[in-house]
Amino acid sequence: MVTVRRSALAQPCDGKLFPEPGEVLSYGSDLRQRRDLRSPRPLGELRSCARGIQRRRGFLSALSGQRCSMTQSVIVQVGQCGNQIGCCFWDLALREHAAVNQAVLIDMEEGVVNEILQGPLRDVFDSKQLITDISGSGNNWAVGHKVFGSRYQEEILEKLRKSAEHCDCLQCFFVIHSMGGGTGSGLGTYLLKVLEDEFPEVYRFVTSVYPSGEDDVITSPYNSILAMKELNEHADCVLPIDNQSLFDIISKIDLVVNSGKLGTTIKPKSLVTSSAGTFKKWQEKPFDAMNNIVANLLLSLTSSARFEGSLNMDLNEISMNLVPFPQLHYLVSSLTPLYTLADVNVPPRRLDQMFSDAFSKDHQLIRADPKHSLYLACALMVRGNVQISDLRRNIERLKPSLQFVSWNQEGWKTSLCSVPPVGHSHSLLALANNTCVKPTFVELRERFLRLYKKKAHLHHYLQIEGMEESCFTEAESSLSALIREYNQLDATKSMPVEDLPRLSVAV
Amino acid sequence: VIVQNYNSILTLSHLYRSSDALLVHENDAVHKICAKLTNIKQISFSDINQVLAHQLGSVFQPTYSAEGSFHYRRNPLGDLMENLVPHPEFKMLGVRNIPQMSENSLAYSTFTWAGLLKHLRQMLISNAKMEEGIDWQIRPPLPGLPSLSKMSLNKELHFNTSIANLLILRGKDVHSADLEGFKDPALYTSWLEPVNAFNVWRTQRAFSKYEKSAALVSNSQFLVKPLDMIVGKAWNMFASKAYVHQYTKFGIEEEDFLDSFALLEQVVASYCTL
Repeated sequence: MVTVRRSALAQPCDGKLFPEPGEVLSYGSDLRQRRDLRSPRPLGELRSCARGIQRRRGFLSALSGQRCSMTQSVIVQVGQCGNQIGCCFWDLALREHAAVNQAVLIDMEEGVVNEILQGPLRDVFDSKQLITDISGSGNNWAVGHKVFGSRYQEEILEKLRKSAEHCDCLQCFFVIHSMGGGTGSGLGTYLLKVLEDEFPEVYRFVTSVYPSGEDDVITSPYNSILAMKELNEHADCVLPIDNQSLFDIISKIDLVVNSGKLGTTIKPKSLVTSSAGTFKKWQEKPFDAMNNIVANLLLSLTSSARFEGSLNMDLNEISMNLVPFPQLHYLVSSLTPLYTLADVNVPPRRLDQMFSDAFSKDHQLIRADPKHSLYLACALMVRGNVQISDLRRNIERLKPSLQFVSWNQEGWKTSLCSVPPVGHSHSLLALANNTCVKPTFVELRERFLRLYKKKAHLHHYLQIEGMEESCFTEAESSLSALIREYNQLDATKSMPVEDLPRLSVAV
Repeated sequence: VIVQNYNSILTLSHLYRSSDALLVHENDAVHKICAKLTNIKQISFSDINQVLAHQLGSVFQPTYSAEGSFHYRRNPLGDLMENLVPHPEFKMLGVRNIPQMSENSLAYSTFTWAGLLKHLRQMLISNAKMEEGIDWQIRPPLPGLPSLSKMSLNKELHFNTSIANLLILRGKDVHSADLEGFKDPALYTSWLEPVNAFNVWRTQRAFSKYEKSAALVSNSQFLVKPLDMIVGKAWNMFASKAYVHQYTKFGIEEEDFLDSFALLEQVVASYCTL
């Protein structure tokens, strides 16, 4: 597997990477019934494989010394988009600290993966964990899903099993892909089924890049809707992202950077789009800045599991608290701040501004306006020097301008991680389960129907074994059902909140 | 945590069945104590935990076993149970401390047992969690009223009826403290005499930085309102079936939820009718 050379390790920012003498390693989480509880390892033993996320729980210290509980994730990068984002992620992760997670890279076209292998990140990925083919999926979901899915299932499973074996306590799989293409969309969603069957108790988080209005792939509506059905059924949590929003955010940042306001200088490392300080010295490609934003999102998501904090949050807690009904697992995300001005002292006003920005539609990573739609639940993951009272104060302040569903008026999930991202003193990731995702889905369905009515390009799909027209109609009805759910919730928006009659007991 | 109400009702109901007593703390109350009394602007969890630790310490630090004796109490937990949980239906215990103040203010204050106990008593009957902002209007109802009207009168007055109280005094001149205020039958239910309902532990050893300090562990109606609110919120959520699939995934069925609701509604009702 991947060998981590001692000299290559940078100093961790905070938190301990390896156990101290006297610490007993124990395996947390009884969810992993399939995993045998191994006896505690000898201390200080440096395992030759990459060690994953590590977290300390101090509350058992009175009894038997400090206990360590490690939770790990496996990243699965599929397709061109997935792999490019994934690489940004690893770059930034290494910048944050030296822990390396397990990764499986999959692309049906060698180009992107080969580049990775020749680049500075080649030591991070073991070539044995890659799966490539030469021809590519031709932007065809059916090819990605049915053809490559069945062809590579065994190989993929083997790599996944290997990665999972190296984790003491595997908590979730992150799948990164795009919806509009062939490999990421088709094979990526095929993998979800595989992961569900093979590792039923490990959570499946999917970061999906949705096609924008101006899309270079004509068949992207077909690919997307076929992928949506799989996401509906086999993902635990989906973080939809669209390129247009990412682009808008970059434009906004560029505006500030280039406006050269007097007395304001932006710390280059703090740009959410920057790869400054990373190993990547490639020429900045157009998508690089955008991918960095998504990579930052993933970093913040996992930060609570990687560093210490007074109110840590596991990834399974995200699913638990933000998904009230199994089908409604689409979370709108926003990251603030986008940059840090070079002020040394950050007054509380700035901190509050960070919270306000998280709810503005300009900061969302998908075209959505959560403030004017209905919240089912909201998670705030704060990093840096922020205390619980700051959190409370801001929630109280912002609550009146937000609408929460009647049975979840206090639907806030919060976490505090003490280590901020590089270049910032604090940051915030907001995840919202909000009906504002609905327009994205409605638009998707409309674009699909426009194409489908004309039967355009359909033969490319139908000629693949296993594909029939019913695949399309089923996918459409799955999406329609989802949209109906959101509509039903929206209908309750302006209804008064009533207390339901309680159980009566005899006294 | 969004599903905190579900978790609370499931936890409390299971604990209620399997434990002898429950010592319950409320984060909001502790947060207020931190804010008002210790004057911290940015309250962290470690500040909150310090207050909680102080409360626990004030109860469980050693005390003398009997009046005048110099042996320490051997079985504080057992004694606590005996004193405070006369009936298995009523297991909710809460702690109140006095004084609670910052190091700076301490230097300028002196305390008398009379003053401390007067405040503590009023904190008990008005269900206040701290000294500041005690409602002195709340009074125990006059004796001699028939029990039914006494109950409704108590509700109106927001008077906190106790089943039992344990007072723990630490510090200088501890034996000179006058405890009559706590022996008033009006504070208690009709089915337990003050002589059985009220107990006191003492030690001359001061606790923490306070020359004199008192802790009151009570089995009273203090948790009725907060518990009622939690059950209400959890019920609303349950009625919409929200998040229930997350629990059924792991074997907790809707039946289990209903059992928990039923048990806690019973607890609330029982405490209400004291």
